[in-house]
Parts: sequence; C-alpha cells; structure tokens
Amino acid sequence: MEYVKCRGKCVANCSAVRCFTFRRESKKYLVKDDLFLSGHRACQGCGATIAIRHVLKVAGRNCIIVQPTGCMEVVSTQYPETSWLVPYIHVAFENAAAVASGISRALKVKGIKAKPIVIAGDGGTVDIGLQSLSGMLERDENVLYICYDNEAYMNTGIQRSGSTPLFAATTTTPSGKLSKGEDRPKKDIAKIAIAHDIKYVATANVAFPLDFMKKVEKALKISGAAFIHILTPCPPGWRIPESKSIEIARLAVDTCMWILYEYENGKYKINYLPTVKKPVKEYLLLQGRFKHLDEKDIETIQKLVDKRYEELLKLAEITIQE
Amino acid sequence: MLEYKRREILSGNKAVAEAVKLCDVKVIAAYPITPQTPIVEYIAEFIANGELDAEYIKVESEHSALSACIGASAAGVRTFTATSSQGLMYMYEVLFIASGLRLPIVMAVVNRAISAPINIWNDWQDAMVCRDSGWIMMFAENNQEAFDFTILAYKIAEDKNVLLPVMINLDGFVLSHTYEPIEIYEKSYVEKFLPKEPNIPHKLDINNPITLGHLVTPEYYMEFKFEQEEALQRSKEVVKKTIEEFNKIFGRNYSIIETAGDGDIAIVTMGSLASSLKYLLRSGENFKLVSLKLYRPLPKEELIKELKDVKTIAVLEKDVSYGFEGGILYNELKSILYGKTDANIISFITGLGGRDTRVEELKKIIKICENPSKNVYWLGLRRI
Repeated sequence: MEYVKCRGKCVANCSAVRCFTFRRESKKYLVKDDLFLSGHRACQGCGATIAIRHVLKVAGRNCIIVQPTGCMEVVSTQYPETSWLVPYIHVAFENAAAVASGISRALKVKGIKAKPIVIAGDGGTVDIGLQSLSGMLERDENVLYICYDNEAYMNTGIQRSGSTPLFAATTTTPSGKLSKGEDRPKKDIAKIAIAHDIKYVATANVAFPLDFMKKVEKALKISGAAFIHILTPCPPGWRIPESKSIEIARLAVDTCMWILYEYENGKYKINYLPTVKKPVKEYLLLQGRFKHLDEKDIETIQKLVDKRYEELLKLAEITIQE
Repeated sequence: MLEYKRREILSGNKAVAEAVKLCDVKVIAAYPITPQTPIVEYIAEFIANGELDAEYIKVESEHSALSACIGASAAGVRTFTATSSQGLMYMYEVLFIASGLRLPIVMAVVNRAISAPINIWNDWQDAMVCRDSGWIMMFAENNQEAFDFTILAYKIAEDKNVLLPVMINLDGFVLSHTYEPIEIYEKSYVEKFLPKEPNIPHKLDINNPITLGHLVTPEYYMEFKFEQEEALQRSKEVVKKTIEEFNKIFGRNYSIIETAGDGDIAIVTMGSLASSLKYLLRSGENFKLVSLKLYRPLPKEELIKELKDVKTIAVLEKDVSYGFEGGILYNELKSILYGKTDANIISFITGLGGRDTRVEELKKIIKICENPSKNVYWLGLRRI
C-alpha cells in the first residue's frame, strides 16, 4: 500500500496556525478580508463557523451564499444583523439546492460571473434536502454545494439525522438498557453525490484548512455542480469540550473514521492518510456521545471503518493502475 | 387599428404559454402535472425552437420549481412556473416564502381537485386553500383572460408599490384543454406595456450584498407581516390602475369585478362559471351576475357596492370549507357584508372533481333563491 502524499507537505500539520507552509501556500489565493463576520451567535468551538470562514476566504466577494434552515443560518442572520458581507439568501429547509439552481440560471442569463455556494448542514443535505440536492446534481447546475456535517440536527437540540454515525447517542437515539444509540451506520452522502456523475466531489475536515481551501478553490473553478462534504465537530452535540473540536476532527482523519479524498473526472484520489492509522477507540472515547460503548461495539465500528478504508484505497488504486 | 393583434384558436394552456413568451421571462422552473403540463411543454418547445430566450430548469418537484423561481427572482430576473392540485399543495410551504420575501414571481395554476380520492378534473380547492399565502390571485373566465391576465400579472407583481407574487388561475380542462379563438398581441405592443426587465430593489447583487431570509425574532416579526399585509391590500389600487392601462393599450374592457344583468337576486362566482351564467342571462333569466376577477386582495368595497341592494345573494363556487359551512368564498362574502345588508346569503357548491355544472342546475339556483330553506346547497349531488 502506498500513501498518497500531499503536495504542500503541510497538510499533516496544517491545523497549526503558525505553520509556515500554510501561510505561504494560502497567500496565493486567500482574500484578505473576513467576509463572514464575528459576533454571530454560534457556540464556542463550533466547527461549522470555522469552515464557513475558510470558504469565504477562498471564494471572496464573487459568490452568493444560499443556506437552508439550520444552525449556521440561525446564528448568522438574526435580524437586523448579519454576519455576511456577501449576498445571502435563506429560503427553507429542504430546497437550498433548488434555490441555488435558480440563482445560477439567473446569473447565467445576466452574464454575471459569480457562483452560488450552498452551505448546508447534514440534515438539510442527506435527509430533507436530498431530493432537491439530487435534482441539482443531476442537472449539473453551476453550483458549489458544501455540506458541513456535525452528524445530527444540532439546531433543534441534537436529534439524529441520516448522517449520525453508528452507536452515537442523540436525544432521539439515546443509549439505554435496550439501546446502544443510533442503530444504523452513517449515510454516505459523498458516495451518493458521486453516483450523479458530477465533475467534482471531495471530503474535507475542518482540522485540515489548507486541504479544504484548496478543494473549495478547485470546486469554484469547475463549471457545473461540485460537492464538498466537510466534517465539523459540534461541542454540545458531540459532548466534547469546546477546546477539543479541532483535535477531535483531526483524530477522525488519523483514525480513518473520516478519509480525505477527491473524486474528479471519474477518478478517486486520497489526499491524506496518516502514517500510523490510529484505532477508532481514540476518536470515540473522547466524545460523550460514544461514552456508553463497550469493547464489542468499538470493534464493530472499527470493522466498518476498516471496510470503508479498504474500499476507498481500492478505488483510488484502481484508477492509479489504469 | 387591429394590426397589432392576430387571432388564433388556442387552448387555455397554450394561451398562457404564449403570454409567457411575450413577457420576456428569463427563468422557467416547472414540473409536470395534469392538467397544467401542456403549459410547460409549450414553453419547453418555444425554448427548443429558439422562439423564447430563457433558461428552463427541469426540477425534480413542484417544491423545487417554486424554490428555483425564488432563487432566480431574488437574483433579479423574470420567472414563471405553473402547477395544479397536488403540485400546488406540495409548494404550499414555499408560497408563503415567495410572498414573504416580496418576490414578483408569476405562477399559473390550472385548477384541479385535491386527493383523496385522486381526481384530475377541475375544481378550485387547490387555489382556495392558498388564499392566505400572501399572493395576489386572479381567476380567468376564458382563454383570452388567461392570456391577458398573465401579461397583466407581471406588471402588477413588479410594481414598486407591490412586489408580490401573482397567481393566475384557470379552470382545469374547462379552459386549459378547451380551444377558443383568442387575440395575440405583437411583441412590440407588449413592450409598450411591460418593461424589458423587472426592477427588484432587494435583489442579490455582488456589488451591493444584502441578507435575504433573515431569522426574525418576536421583536420584529409582526412588523414584517404587517407591511406585507399593507402591500397586499394596497395592491388592489395598483391592479385597478394597471388594468386601466392595459385596457387602453390593448382595447379591452376588464375590471377587478365584472357585473352583468340586474335583479333582486345576485349570483357571485369566479372563473369559467361566469361564462355559463352569462349564457343564462342571454337566455332571459333575471339576476345580477357578479364575477370576481381579482380574488386576493378581495375587492371588499366593490363587492359591498354591487351587493348591498339585492335581496338574495347566491355564492356559486367549486370548493368547500370543510367543517365550517359551505364554500370558502361564501363565508368571506358573509363576513364582509356583515352589517351592510339584510340580504339572504346562500352557498351553492358545484362542480367538485370536474362534475359538469349544467344549465338546469344553474336555473335551480334562481328558483331556490326565491324561497331558500337552508344555507348550503350542493348542486348536482347524487344521493344514494
């Protein structure tokens, strides 16, 4: 097995703000201003707000943000204030991809070179928003869809979504005498996006900002639909300390619970693999939502992770051999 | 004088599609449903043949159809969609957002019954249950009106004092699939009436970024809704003014309420039923026909003026206010006429799920009105 090495070399360490490579690399395309302002009402340690800031650092002013209902909409747009220095629209929970389709066509008609970017949570993407997302991807609209995945309906108070991982305790899948929490594995939305045969699909992680920003940059350049799935920890939802969200997001990658990969023009590419693949236990036990798990449960999750890991390696290698 | 018009024999659906073509609509998002489908088929054909320069979004549902129109309208272009029945029900959530965001979207609703039991034929239940969604609603009596009202709708919706979506209703099959000779205008004349592009002051613009669709707390929500209601109420005057302008340019004789005949009995109705009642008037029956063209905002003062002096008011409609009493329009008329008249007001429900409203039944209305024994009559009902 051969690891796919990161070009910037920094990816492994890029969560460090002082990383020299990160600063050098990022200067190439990042806008100076912050277009997502502080003062919003997100919780401390919120992964999604960090991801949004990074999206706008790359996209700059030439975009229109579309959000379905969700945490990020609620914390950033409370009238008469807004955190957004770019045009922004929120319509409903399940239709962000359709709204963005309309905007994209209107911009085309008017000859305006700007791109609608959907920033949607996992509920608005994998559950209630799946239909409109599928329509948008299938039509290959000129839209970048970013799903920030905090693995449950955090806005309404931690109810399970289709994106909640196996055995995670939420308020609607509590652990108890007869329950181990969520009884089904996470829905693989990136796989679903790939099934639409669009030009670009990528996974990202908020602990790997340079990797994420490069992917956003690449996706923005694509004419047609692009989909990025980013893992963004939610301290109250995952029952983790606010200071640990980036550390835990990193562990998701280091344990291969979350694999950073790209699907571009029919080819898979794994962007980063840890030199030592840590056991998932290290990731799970730091989080209150998994604290009820015993060794057997952890083993079940480990097997699932290993299976997906092998599957992705195979997909990436197959294309390499060709 | 007539060279700006040409006569063609068109179905109601084709008439609407022709109007859309003349209005320089730039984004159309639509999903098929009987009996609306031919509208979006014709539009797709226009685009495929280069007759209409527009983007056609082949959405996966009606919910997305209106959502895409919201996106496109918010980005500042003229949009159109059309639907019927279940499709309108599926859009229900988005209807309120379109009006709440104050976007001048125009939608044709080809009225059809609602499931269950499933039925593809005409009644008004689909549109009538959307009456409180903040849209301007007009009902066409014939295919010419369906055509003209669609052009009117854009001008009204985009008026800077209105900025609200408009729903043009036409009876499923009765109009949508029935062919009538109608007059189509030259594009240059429509351009005299309707500007080339809409001016949406709160559009999404990268040079002037704004946030649309805020989270609004109890501190401000009521003010938003009050202003929306004010805009809808004041749109009545805009509708009147716009109709006058339209009449002048295109030589029509429209108004928000059409009346015909005279007598102690008034029959209030909308849509194509007015045509049937006109036939009755021509055949010598004595009554006053009041046909609403504008249903929302409800022309209250005009209705009171027309109805305050009659002895009996029959409200003929194709919808039911389940669990209340009779039809929806009937209840609204009773409400606005409260204290204004001593007239007996009676609800006549007809034509649900596409059942024909026959001349004999219409004649029965007049007979019943002379000596009514109850408040609600279901016409043409077969009791087993």
